[in-house]
Amino acid sequence: MEEKLERKATRRRRTPAEFIMENLFLLCALASIAAVAVITVYLFVSGTPAIFKIGAKEFLLGTVWKPTEGQFGILPMIICSVVSTVLAVGAGGVIGVMTAVFMAELAPPWLTRLLRPCVRLLAGIPSVVYGYFGLTLIVPLIAKLSGFAGNSLLAVIVLLAMMILPTIISISEDALRAVPRAYKEGSLALGASHSQTIFKVLLPAARSGILSALVLGVGRAIGETMAVILVAGNTPQIPTSLFDSVRTLTINIAFEMSYAEGLHREALFATGVVLFLFIMALNILLNVLTRRREKKNA
Amino acid sequence: MKKNAKWMLAVGLCLAMIAGAGCAAKTPDPTQAPAATAAPRQTQEPAKLSGTLEVGGSTSVQPLMEALADAFMNENDGVEINVQGGGSGVGIASTADGLFEIGMSSRSLKDEEKAKGLKPVTIALDGIAVTVNAANPVNALTTEQIQKIFKGEITSWSQVGGSDAPIVVYTREAASGTRGAFLELMKLQDDEDKSLITDKALEANSNGSMKTNIAGNANAIGYISLGSVDDTVKAVDVDSVKASVDTVLDGTYPVKRPFLVVTKGEPTALEQAFMNYILSDEGQKMVTDKGYISEK
Repeated sequence: MEEKLERKATRRRRTPAEFIMENLFLLCALASIAAVAVITVYLFVSGTPAIFKIGAKEFLLGTVWKPTEGQFGILPMIICSVVSTVLAVGAGGVIGVMTAVFMAELAPPWLTRLLRPCVRLLAGIPSVVYGYFGLTLIVPLIAKLSGFAGNSLLAVIVLLAMMILPTIISISEDALRAVPRAYKEGSLALGASHSQTIFKVLLPAARSGILSALVLGVGRAIGETMAVILVAGNTPQIPTSLFDSVRTLTINIAFEMSYAEGLHREALFATGVVLFLFIMALNILLNVLTRRREKKNA
Repeated sequence: MKKNAKWMLAVGLCLAMIAGAGCAAKTPDPTQAPAATAAPRQTQEPAKLSGTLEVGGSTSVQPLMEALADAFMNENDGVEINVQGGGSGVGIASTADGLFEIGMSSRSLKDEEKAKGLKPVTIALDGIAVTVNAANPVNALTTEQIQKIFKGEITSWSQVGGSDAPIVVYTREAASGTRGAFLELMKLQDDEDKSLITDKALEANSNGSMKTNIAGNANAIGYISLGSVDDTVKAVDVDSVKASVDTVLDGTYPVKRPFLVVTKGEPTALEQAFMNYILSDEGQKMVTDKGYISEK
């Protein structure tokens, strides 16, 4: 009885502190929402007028980007961003998911223990270091093998595929490990081989997790700037081969923002708006995927 | 005890946030400080110099400026000079906007830039080296060949006496002073000053990035500051004249431009002291040592 009273008393005495702390946390949470809101509003306010000034069709479907001569077509950049991202996630996705399968299912525990920190380290390398690596190793290698410029769509794809590997591997591995043990045991008990079990049972069961991993990979690849700027060649043209020099949406902004003025500057913000819409669509897709997974698990 | 700890944490966090806000509010100060501290010194000349200078712009001038700034800071303990790149266009525009106290440019000012009240001072001369990969057998090109290569009319090295390989043209971003000067000197502009360089050209956004790209690609051609040519790349002879300090100096090498520093309006005491240092014998010796051509 006495103990109960005392506990009640301490709880009441703690209330002001709790009150302050709760509100402090609330403030912190609001800060991130405010940041998103401010960025969104700022981007759209500074970017959308340019789209109307240039004309939505000329801007989005124009193929010539010569800002100093008043031509603002970003179709080459849109195509390049989409193509490089899709191909990078294609290549990185296959390698990443297979690595995840290996780590979750096939590798001896000691090897998994060695692999996992390696993957984590790969995720921690700053993107400019990837870029420098690409510029001094991948680009000259491609130049040597192809005879063309090494700064190319291919270099961008190779680099991006490497950069998204850690995301895809770790999320896919988690998804594979989350598949109920009974699925695997049931499959093996029915006489399926290990590889049949992996490809016909485990991977389909982990599908939505793996899809989330791929979508996150897409998000990282399409937003990457610092690394690709060093290897892409930065020519605003629609690529016709893997060896063409290209410029992504992110490069377009980073490359010219420092000196752009007037409509040119606004057009760069408008490029940001387009990029932002891409990322928003991806986030919605990711939400749908995760919700579907949660529903299934429930 | 526990209760106290929580209170302290809460109060501590609040204080931290207030302090953070205070710092944020104070940040504009450092940029204004030098002007404030340096201004009165115009009258009392021998006083010890102190303050901060923000210098930025041309990536061609940057390596030289960094060396000059280091030497100047060694002699004047209270002075801090921050040197950053960005390109000549950035250097000029940002100096006009007051972001930089001193802007660096590797091309002459345009009339509309002079109209903004910017005062240019030439600190050195520099050649622009037409640069190819060190392994490229081509050692010399004519002005006409260079024009055609950059316009995209000559597309194979075999057309200019090299191996049968496609020419990979590198250029610089629109804000680059080296690009501006190169286009002007090589007559790669039309009547409205629009660039005639091929749309297929790859773009590098600094002098260093251009050099690294050319060093890594056997078929590349580009143009960089003569002072930053080293053995990773090769400067070709232009119209049979070797690109060197001597040929720029005697006027036979055709592709050269000034290195400028610009200030907005009359320089403050600190800005003037730094510019005097650059133009002094000691500063100009450093210019020559670094492979550029002294203004004197």
